[in-house]
Amino acid sequence: MLMLTCPACGVTAEETEFAAGGEAHRRREGPGSSEEAFEAYLFARANPRGVHLERWRHAFGCGKWFHAARSTVTLEVFGTYPADLGAPPEAILAAIRARAAGGEGGR
Amino acid sequence: MRRYSLFALAREALRGHTGWGRAWGAAAPRAAYDAIIVGAGGHGLATAYYLGRNHGLRNVAVLEKGWLGGGNTGRNTTIVRSNYLQDASAAIYEKARSLFETLSQDLNFNVMFSPRGLLMLAQTEHEVRGYRRTAHANALQGVETAFIPPARVRELVPAIRLEGPRYPVLGALWQARGGTARHDAVAWGYARACAAMGMDIVENCAVTGIRVANGAVTGVETTKGPIATRRLGLVVAGHSSVLAGMAGFRLPIESLCLQALVSEPVKPCLDVVVMANTVHGYISQSDKGEMVIGGGTDGFNNYSQRGSWHHVEETLRALTETFPMLSRLKMLRQWGGIVDMTGDRSPILSTTPVDGIFVNCGWGTGGFKAIPGSGWAMAELMATGAPGPLAAAFTLNRFREGRFIDESVAAGVAH
Repeated sequence: MLMLTCPACGVTAEETEFAAGGEAHRRREGPGSSEEAFEAYLFARANPRGVHLERWRHAFGCGKWFHAARSTVTLEVFGTYPADLGAPPEAILAAIRARAAGGEGGR
Repeated sequence: MRRYSLFALAREALRGHTGWGRAWGAAAPRAAYDAIIVGAGGHGLATAYYLGRNHGLRNVAVLEKGWLGGGNTGRNTTIVRSNYLQDASAAIYEKARSLFETLSQDLNFNVMFSPRGLLMLAQTEHEVRGYRRTAHANALQGVETAFIPPARVRELVPAIRLEGPRYPVLGALWQARGGTARHDAVAWGYARACAAMGMDIVENCAVTGIRVANGAVTGVETTKGPIATRRLGLVVAGHSSVLAGMAGFRLPIESLCLQALVSEPVKPCLDVVVMANTVHGYISQSDKGEMVIGGGTDGFNNYSQRGSWHHVEETLRALTETFPMLSRLKMLRQWGGIVDMTGDRSPILSTTPVDGIFVNCGWGTGGFKAIPGSGWAMAELMATGAPGPLAAAFTLNRFREGRFIDESVAAGVAH
């Protein structure tokens, strides 16, 4: 069972309190974009075997959306960060790099 | 290959069973093949089998990272049915179900297909309407199903509680020709038949790279060295995105963990398959007597084959309401498999942006039942280079064209 910390309200809880929201940092394609780009936005997913940047919602708590960096191999959570950040903060990237030096989960 | 028969059994019984050979050999990969299938699960082996049997292509290798049938083929709940809503789905799943009927004879290997009948319980008014609609659609598709009232459900499943406080049974969609098959035997039977045609099945051989030149595949890199081919089939379920990444394209797939569990073995008490889609639970009794139980997927991307406990708890909580007798059973084993989910919950059988690479994936939570039909259609796709009638609707470009085969809303999510 995953343990996540909501960066909006600060509560740490198990995953039953949260709802997974899929891949993070996808950029919406606007009017005038190519069909390929819009198809990729809607359907194509990185689905990595390794570090996954993803959206979660504190569904049975404060209700806010946020981001998490998690390994899909070891299920280790490298950290959570606010919904309005376009990329993980340096501390989380450093934790991922440190793990990458040690094994598969951080790839 | 020595054929299995009553005479072979009698002969071996008289000489201490010393004459049985290996069902398939441990092959070392050669330098090149006419076609390579990645993934020796049910779908990959069935693809290889029908490539040889239907299309005469026998210089084929099946590469497997782990052991044969050790992925989702060995981790499912063995249910076979074809009561889907959409025409394209009914066609390929019914093809598979009909192939199951003679599969033991075709492969000369007992896959223990047991068409014991399958119920999908309607536990809400919405489901009653949905299953009535499915029964009408199935009638037009030539798939024999019927919507039956609660009294008939009681006759088929005496152990059921019809008047549950939260989930009363209001009727059911009944497919008399649905049932179960022995999952391992399906993989073993196809593997033995492939080996008998001279194909190489290479276990413990992980693909680490895909060679592409001028937009066309030229071979694969593996842990047992490079192998050349012009025709590559990726049939790797939950790892499809990883293999696609090696070839430089992305798929509309997310990998999730789906769990199942079995109870301690008990005397025969349930002789049909029962699915309850409102509560995400399905149950049948194995020949050993174990109750085989499956549930819904976890919500987050996962390659670890370990799921979350609360999904198991939710499934059992709901099923014990419909089957109170389950509450006294001990659960013996629980496991997870990594399923490849598409947005419309329908599979992908398709050419790809790279010439010569074909994908067969996206079977999600319900791939086992489709194995013969999936292999049949994938073999046709790989042999001719274009999808045949069974696969035509399931190509990758359906997402760009908005041509979904929407089974996620239409047919319930449990498989």
